Amino acid sequence: MIEIQNLTKIYGQIKAINNVSFTVEKGEILGFLGPNGAGKSTTMNIITGYLSSTSGSVRVCGYDILEHPTEVKKRIGFLPEQPPVYLDMTVKDFLNFVADIKLVPKKKQKAQIDDIMELTGITDHRNRLIKNLSKGYRQRVGLAQALVGNPEVLILDEPTVGLDPKQIIEIRRLIKALGKEHTIILSSHILPEVSMVCERVVIINKGEIAAVDTPENLSRHIGKSNRLSVTITGPRNSVLGKIRGIGGVTYVEPVESTEKENTTYVIESEKDVDIRKSLFSAMAEAGYSILEMKSLSMSLEDIFLQLITEEKGVEQ
Amino acid sequence: MLAIMRKEIKSYFYAPVAYILIGLFILLSSVFFTYNLFMQDPNFHENLETMKFLLIFVVPILTMRIIAEDRKNKTEVLLITSPQSLMSIVLGKFLAAYVVFLVMTAITFIYPIIMVFFGGRVTAQLVGAYIGFILLGAAFISIGVFASSLTENQMIAAIVSFVILLIIWLIEPLGYMFGGILSMILNWISLTSRYGDFAQGLLKVSSIVYYISFAAVFVFLTVRVMEKRRWS
Repeated sequence: MIEIQNLTKIYGQIKAINNVSFTVEKGEILGFLGPNGAGKSTTMNIITGYLSSTSGSVRVCGYDILEHPTEVKKRIGFLPEQPPVYLDMTVKDFLNFVADIKLVPKKKQKAQIDDIMELTGITDHRNRLIKNLSKGYRQRVGLAQALVGNPEVLILDEPTVGLDPKQIIEIRRLIKALGKEHTIILSSHILPEVSMVCERVVIINKGEIAAVDTPENLSRHIGKSNRLSVTITGPRNSVLGKIRGIGGVTYVEPVESTEKENTTYVIESEKDVDIRKSLFSAMAEAGYSILEMKSLSMSLEDIFLQLITEEKGVEQ
Repeated sequence: MLAIMRKEIKSYFYAPVAYILIGLFILLSSVFFTYNLFMQDPNFHENLETMKFLLIFVVPILTMRIIAEDRKNKTEVLLITSPQSLMSIVLGKFLAAYVVFLVMTAITFIYPIIMVFFGGRVTAQLVGAYIGFILLGAAFISIGVFASSLTENQMIAAIVSFVILLIIWLIEPLGYMFGGILSMILNWISLTSRYGDFAQGLLKVSSIVYYISFAAVFVFLTVRVMEKRRWS
């Protein structure tokens, strides 16, 4: 559906993105993850034909963006970081205008715009001037604008930025629903968002791709150790000693102490060793009871931080 | 292109810009018309001569927002990533400004019409002067649109187009100053000296072509400016 090959963009002396390649399959929701200034927006602007790349190619539905820009643009709905809405127009006028410039046949316009307004929840605000709408509603109008013309591909640049938690949940739900019929690229620097909405993640940092995988796979591959959180009754130093005595344990740390005798420990062990059984018998032998034990899978956030810090480590 | 033109015309009238400009234009042309009345002179076309000087001030204000505002508000992205070509975007915007200008000009028809009621005649000079006026307007507006594409600051756009228009205005007097071959060249280039023929009721094809190509070149340059920005 979308093929991006060796994309590079140089602004003067600065390489905004360097040799970025990835593909997006039909019907997929791809997360595009990276800190601010990583090159997410630049990449998206190039895919949509707003900017031109210095080198490399973008193909959408088999059409090259430089050779057939109009064909590509017909197939893409784009929500940039700042929703491109005319503040002095009403919601309905604005969407009619967008339908006109996106070459939606006049006969189909009304039905399509009504559907989109219903879907994005702005029907009640159709006759209001956009400048009088709140940030959340402007964002919805921006999303509605991207949906006009029913494009196969949606490119959403930080669609939830600046919204309140309730609106964020609604927009995410909407994007997930849209993912059933559209191919979506969604950029974000908010990690839970990407792992919640996306099927695959491209992590980009300093203009280069750091990893491409499913959120689950990323957790599995990059997690270098198993982590357990265990709450145990017993004197802390003695318990720590026992835990350290178990084979495969690489790291133990007491986390919080709610009561005097109960302590929670985070235990890290080697990747392919399961210490839960030996932990249980060691504690049973010593007469300390385990009140709670759960495994901590690494959240994408940890992975992300790890990736970025590793990058830094290499450079310095 | 038509969709963009319609939208831009509407925005002129959503904001007070168009009303203020048209109001100002009517006010000043009325002042000139009173001259006709007091001097009992039925030739309104001589006033168009003076009114075209007003265009140096009116056109920059008319066109300053036309592209700069889209850049400032980031709505440019919407237009450029739509299936519309840059040429149709620029042409749509140019035509919108031009339509407002034509409305403005059409309102001044009222003065010659009043004169006709009191026994005046529609002369070749009058028709010629109006044709020259709207051709000159097209050339001026193309410069304004071009200036608006250079910056996202509307004030700067207005000042740049004002300065360009002023220089164009000054070419004619400069031509008189130098004399000789240089004078001929400057007269040929000058947009304003070509207007003289129209005001005498002469429709020279070369001048009509010159005005239209002048506007076309600046529309094309505007497209190039926008194109270049994508690559830098």
